Amino acid sequence: MKTTGEHWLRELAPQVLGALVRRYGDFGAAEDAVQEALTAAAFQWPRTGVPEDPRAWLIQVAARKLTDQVRSESARRRRELKMVSETPPQESVVLPPDDTLVGDDDTLVLLFMCCHPALTRASAIALTLRAVGGLTTAEIASAFLVPEPTMAQRISRAKQSIKSSGVGFALPLPAEQRVRLGAVLHVLYLIFNEGYATTSGPTHQRVALSSEAIRLARAAHALLPDSSEVSGLLALMLLTDARSAARSGPNGEIVPLDEQDRALWNQDAIAQGAQLVTDAMTRGTAGSYLLQAAIAAVHDEAQRAEDTDWPQIVELYAMLGRISDNPMVALNHAVAVAMARGPSEGLSLLQKLDHDPRIQNHYRLDAVRAHLLERAGNVTAALPYYQAAAEKTASIPERNYLLLKLARLKAASSPP
Amino acid sequence: MKFMLMMHAPRGNGEYQISHWKPEEFRAHIQFMKGLNKDLREAGELVGAEGLAPPGQARIVRSEGEGAPEVTDGPFAESKEFLVGYWIVDVENADRAYAIAGRASTAPGPGGKPLGIKIEVRQVMSAPPDSL
Repeated sequence: MKTTGEHWLRELAPQVLGALVRRYGDFGAAEDAVQEALTAAAFQWPRTGVPEDPRAWLIQVAARKLTDQVRSESARRRRELKMVSETPPQESVVLPPDDTLVGDDDTLVLLFMCCHPALTRASAIALTLRAVGGLTTAEIASAFLVPEPTMAQRISRAKQSIKSSGVGFALPLPAEQRVRLGAVLHVLYLIFNEGYATTSGPTHQRVALSSEAIRLARAAHALLPDSSEVSGLLALMLLTDARSAARSGPNGEIVPLDEQDRALWNQDAIAQGAQLVTDAMTRGTAGSYLLQAAIAAVHDEAQRAEDTDWPQIVELYAMLGRISDNPMVALNHAVAVAMARGPSEGLSLLQKLDHDPRIQNHYRLDAVRAHLLERAGNVTAALPYYQAAAEKTASIPERNYLLLKLARLKAASSPP
Repeated sequence: MKFMLMMHAPRGNGEYQISHWKPEEFRAHIQFMKGLNKDLREAGELVGAEGLAPPGQARIVRSEGEGAPEVTDGPFAESKEFLVGYWIVDVENADRAYAIAGRASTAPGPGGKPLGIKIEVRQVMSAPPDSL
């Protein structure tokens, strides 16, 4: 879909899909029909010009494809079964009048459906990118480095699960809204993280998942402008992504926050993110995305690393720790305490984590301990922890960073 | 998360033990593996899978930069096991990878009994994409 209409089409895809699912119920068939309509548009619009109401055009074409599909499917079944009397009731689907489908924007309903907690995370991610993000299966497969048939299968399984679980096409009831929104935000967060963790340097082949996540979060924010957690997630993404140009070297090596060239940070994104945080904070209780965004904003607003307001970050992590029992938060809190009050206070906070089975074997605990020991001037004690962290991480850039650190410290601590 | 599941078999004389099985035992084994791969494919978890030719045909290649690389018979005369095949799967967590490996391990052998094949499970490291 690399045509002039691409941007338009991507924006319209979920609205068209939502309209069709609302009308016909069958998510899988509607999704196929929308893909066909988008393909038709990508071919026709550059030649004939974009129609006056592109959304209505797409809905019409997709509805026609869906009807054709249902008809040919039932015709096929009829031929196979040779039992005309068992023709399924969908056979009677007729093309709706011109404007019955062109109603409200169903993107939000669609988002809730694709991120349904009944789906596995991988399925929800794939389905969201396909149905709401409008990416092709090939693009999603290449973003996750799996073969296209594998991704196609994952998407079709997800549609099947939605069909069999009987999830209706409607906004969740107010009582479930919070949990269901949590699932939506988690999926968007995972998409962003996948992109952020694996993308560095120029990406000609892979779809930028982090940009895609930001686009989806923006859409969610536009639909739910009063939700402080949606604002928080969007802000967190913007404030994190703002540093992307500075966070890796020419060979994809990690450049830690305190060594980054802050002139490379995207000030527009920082301003947008910080504004979202400020606005949302005034609306009441802060949830975990908003607090993480607030921490990112404190980092981003420091002119130099040494200007960072660590006491404020300590306070924000303490708040985060009170609302979620997450050892990773406790670990980051210990780092902030070390920065604000000295490494020995940070190190003593790590002792509690040594007994927490959720994190005691995680490379980050070793990496943080190594870092704090190094800051405390105890390089000899730091070395085995850098080594252990390098052996445990599953990320190649992270491993290379830790090994390089280890090699430098060894070279500096032994006589030439 | 991606994992590589490596299936090891006793080295024997460097030939497939399987070649001494009865045809129906062999067929049951193949059937089992096909069923496993089909399920992984349908679950959207299969990234790749290959079986390897017998170790009798394996060669070890080494080079220290000068002259033609040295090619010798392999693998590792001293090792008691060799790699017969592998899967790469993309799954939710390590437990799922262990469950798949557990199932692969029960592939039937002589008399239809589970072979209890050793499967080594290793996480595939995540890397940034090539800059090309």
